Amino acid sequence: MTFLKDINDASKLINETFYWAFVSPFKGRGIRVRASISEMVKAGYNSVPIVAVISFFIGVILALQSAYQLKRVGALIYVANLVGVSITRELGPIITAIIVSGRSGSAYAAEIGSMKAAEEIDALKTMGINPVRFLVVPKLMALMIMLPVLTIIADVVGIFGGFLLSTTVLEIHPYSYFQQTVNALLVKDIITGLVKAWAFGVIITIVGAYQGFKVEGGAEEVGRRTTASVVASIFLVIVFDLFFTALFYYFT
Amino acid sequence: MENAIEVRNLITHYGDREILKNLSFSIPKGKTTVILGGSGCGKSTLLKHLIGLLKPTSGSILMNGKDIAILDEAELDEVRKKTGVLFQGAALLNSMSIAENVALPVAEHTKLNESTIQIMVRMKLDLVGLSGFENYYPSQLSGGMKKRAGLARAIALDPELLFFDEPSAGLDPVTAAGLDELILKLRNVFKMTIVVVTHELPSVFMIADYVIMLDIGEVIFSGTIDELKASDNPRIRMFLERRPEKEAFSPDDYFRIIAGD
Repeated sequence: MTFLKDINDASKLINETFYWAFVSPFKGRGIRVRASISEMVKAGYNSVPIVAVISFFIGVILALQSAYQLKRVGALIYVANLVGVSITRELGPIITAIIVSGRSGSAYAAEIGSMKAAEEIDALKTMGINPVRFLVVPKLMALMIMLPVLTIIADVVGIFGGFLLSTTVLEIHPYSYFQQTVNALLVKDIITGLVKAWAFGVIITIVGAYQGFKVEGGAEEVGRRTTASVVASIFLVIVFDLFFTALFYYFT
Repeated sequence: MENAIEVRNLITHYGDREILKNLSFSIPKGKTTVILGGSGCGKSTLLKHLIGLLKPTSGSILMNGKDIAILDEAELDEVRKKTGVLFQGAALLNSMSIAENVALPVAEHTKLNESTIQIMVRMKLDLVGLSGFENYYPSQLSGGMKKRAGLARAIALDPELLFFDEPSAGLDPVTAAGLDELILKLRNVFKMTIVVVTHELPSVFMIADYVIMLDIGEVIFSGTIDELKASDNPRIRMFLERRPEKEAFSPDDYFRIIAGD
């Protein structure tokens, strides 16, 4: 019973969020641009360093791990293919999404949750300000734009990590590594990765906001909901990743 | 006497538990009405219904002839623009400065330009005695100042109707009395209809024109403050004279319960 109620509440939130984000701007009730930009700085710009460092390491690890196998068949140059394709199609978006769920998804749940506990959400309602429009839509806009952008950064830095390791430790010629990567990558690899990133942005926002609005009690519950939001958004990100990967496998 | 709010046969439940049991009363226009009652009598729940945060199981709440129990969110927002609410913890948005908090409803609901809004904010803060605190954040203010700032925000759009949830809760007597003065001023100068939910007796005697008393989800009294003082209803007398509820068990009964017979 509670499960059905959760589904009902979540779909209500999704419905309302998409209404205020995509329908109401055409009815003369625009989104809060300034708040959206400030959310973009918080969720996007501020996570550039961590995303860059982690995806650099992932690129290095990927190159090393694939060299371990490819060396035995004498196809070391295919490290470039493996690194390029797996980062753009899969690891770039998912690593970015996991970092952002940990940083921003949890922050959204904590922010909205503590506002709920301090009656700030009720205060917004009594001022005739819709809390979803006021709080959730700027976050949605921010993540819908910034998650693909961060993914592009992760792609570039990750490939660079693989490149750096291959050209030094594996002693592959830089030009041939570069050529191999360019030949291996298709535009659709990058595009499908960015489509995933966009969807992950929506998931992380909705899960964070949903858990935040669910807070009824005090500080303890805010903590519990924050944890739940990270677990749930990583889980859902992977479920949707599976879904999109299967979809792209058959239809592109 | 004209009424600002009329509540008819209001019934509400939390789960299966009935919280408000068929309430009917009216709140006069241009006066200060106090909703009085002990803890757990349903007065906070009633307030949440009056400001449209909760929907009743049945019954109607008429505000200027409109039943807010059946309005949808968009229509409700129109009503909310004409009402202000001061929450128990002031409920200022912690991420914004005091000036931004007070400016928020004005910026959201009017098309006034930035400098006009600034002037309005300064006037409201001046009215509640907080001029000079524009750029402070809620976390930098004391409890009493937060409530004043919350009040400035509640009256930002010059509402006709103003609700207070436990205005003196958590304040020392001097600060609480200051807030009561402010409530009196708002009624006298701006002719607002004011509804205060409280259980603080000194505050009630200072500000109330009209009193509605709740007990276990029912209205046991509604009338003027003098009528309240003259009432001989035992529940009201207990409340006014600060007498505790009678012990349910005598020591002998207790012993019998513990001993198991």
